[in-house]
Amino acid sequence: MDSADPENIIHAGFIPLTDCSPLVIAKELGFDRRHGFSLRLHREVSWANIRDKSELGIFDCAHMLAPMPLASSLGLRGRAPVPIIAPMALNLNGNAITVSNALYASMLAEDAESAREGGMAAAKAIAKVATKRLAEGEAPLTLGMVYPFSCHNYDLRCWLAAAGVDPDNDVNLVVVPPSLIAESLRAGRVDGFCVGAPWSNVAVAAGLGRIIATKSELWADSPEKVLGVRADWAEQRPELLQALIKALITAAIWLEDTANLPEAALLLASPGYVGAPEDAILRSLTGQLPCTGEEKHYPNHLIFHRHAANFPWVSHGVWLLQQMRRWRQLTRDIDFEAEARLVFRPDLYRPAASALQVSAPVSDFKSEGCNGQGIVVASVGPISMARPHMFSDRTPQEILKLT
Amino acid sequence: MRCNNFSRGALNIETDQKLRILVIDENPIRRAILEAGLSEAGFGNVKVLENLTGLLEQVYIIDPDVIVIDLESPSRDVLEQMFQVSRIVKRPIAMFVDQSDRATIAEAIDAGVSAYIVDGLRKERVRPILDMTISRFQAFDAMRAELESAKSALSERKSIERAKGLLMKSKGLGEEAAYSLLRRTAMNQNRRIAEVAESLINSYDLLKD
Repeated sequence: MDSADPENIIHAGFIPLTDCSPLVIAKELGFDRRHGFSLRLHREVSWANIRDKSELGIFDCAHMLAPMPLASSLGLRGRAPVPIIAPMALNLNGNAITVSNALYASMLAEDAESAREGGMAAAKAIAKVATKRLAEGEAPLTLGMVYPFSCHNYDLRCWLAAAGVDPDNDVNLVVVPPSLIAESLRAGRVDGFCVGAPWSNVAVAAGLGRIIATKSELWADSPEKVLGVRADWAEQRPELLQALIKALITAAIWLEDTANLPEAALLLASPGYVGAPEDAILRSLTGQLPCTGEEKHYPNHLIFHRHAANFPWVSHGVWLLQQMRRWRQLTRDIDFEAEARLVFRPDLYRPAASALQVSAPVSDFKSEGCNGQGIVVASVGPISMARPHMFSDRTPQEILKLT
Repeated sequence: MRCNNFSRGALNIETDQKLRILVIDENPIRRAILEAGLSEAGFGNVKVLENLTGLLEQVYIIDPDVIVIDLESPSRDVLEQMFQVSRIVKRPIAMFVDQSDRATIAEAIDAGVSAYIVDGLRKERVRPILDMTISRFQAFDAMRAELESAKSALSERKSIERAKGLLMKSKGLGEEAAYSLLRRTAMNQNRRIAEVAESLINSYDLLKD
């Protein structure tokens, strides 16, 4: 294919977050041209814009929150369904829960041990603060996330629910755009939030709060962003789609080399991409985070390729649909596996991976977010995985009975 | 619904003046242009939001029938969450998304604007608001892009319409496909849609003569 041919231009939308890196790196390092196409990136300020421009075909593909292709394909919230597929994932993990200094002080007062431990335990301290506030007739805690159909929404909800907090009634969940989150914390409009990298680091660096949990602590190897592609475009341009997946896998592999991360941070920091301080971006890439007051290293904070990070697990799709059902975004009965299979498309990922001699799992499913046991992934070639910590001690079947 | 079919024409004039329209746009010039356009068109109840802090409370108090929001505002996602949580809005609000109107929606998005309407509000009542909004946003865009040019957005819209018609006729395309072809070409060439439409019309006129 000829990358100079206008027919081979791919328009991709993205949101300024560290995990848009594979798209930025593919373009900046010329992996697009190497694979015979030319990538045009379009920076957007809202996920609603990404959804609309993808559904209307203004973009051929986009950096999407993993639940978004499912929501578009199912036509949730009274919208006409537009089939969008996820032929690859862009990354795993990357989110973090950050609280204001004032909320952290209250958590210390209520349950210092849990607050200091962070991660899953920190939710216990939050639960005590939330309960006390309600009992004393104060305004409920206000916690921010980025979009209704986001892993951040489900992360926060599962984390709270596991500590006995009803996210719909005991606290006030609101959407705050990532770029405004530090200011919202400063102004006291939110007491805490769950947001993608690097925006927690930006708030912490400004002295406005502290990170109390990272997603990699709550659930290692958890879904986050995917490449969302309009299904009709994917059908019309199968070769171009394979070229795109190959270029993005190449970029993801490049991002796994720690020696490349300073260069990546420099590129991403520019106003045309993430537009955040280079240091905050580099920390989110290396996992060197200022957590609960001290700096810690989280090697799995943001994963771009290892642990089969680019593989679009059908089981991720099923887990996300179950969350939509659990939190009443999806109110009708559907066949989870059948719907997830229409959207998450490992069959489109495997040929690209194989062409690059990259290992891919042979199964479309693994157990997700509901057990503390290590798992082994059968694959063509070796793939090591992180231990899937317990995000919730309930099985998916138990979770569904709760809805 | 406040209208009935019996005397729809007369009633519309009355109710549309009362239709509460909320404009959310951080750009003061564009906001003024749109506000003026809507009131000239007879929409008497237009509110504008300049300050996005406490957006949810403000929307709750104003209780609009139609919300128009610029695409440069990150607050779109805030609104979408609001519409999901029914207890914080008085009346359910949906995005202006109807399959039959995809071409109009695409034009709105390209002009840089989106709209949300109260569930159940008839499309024909929203249409003039959306058309006005699109043309004012295009006018602002044209102004920003080429201050020296006195081209009106209306003529740009006419060019786009004409170019679309030419493509539909010569390539046997539907309206939506013709529009996407124009947009795609504009994106590929880093030009505005109206510019592509005008050059298409010019070439057509040349060939015709």
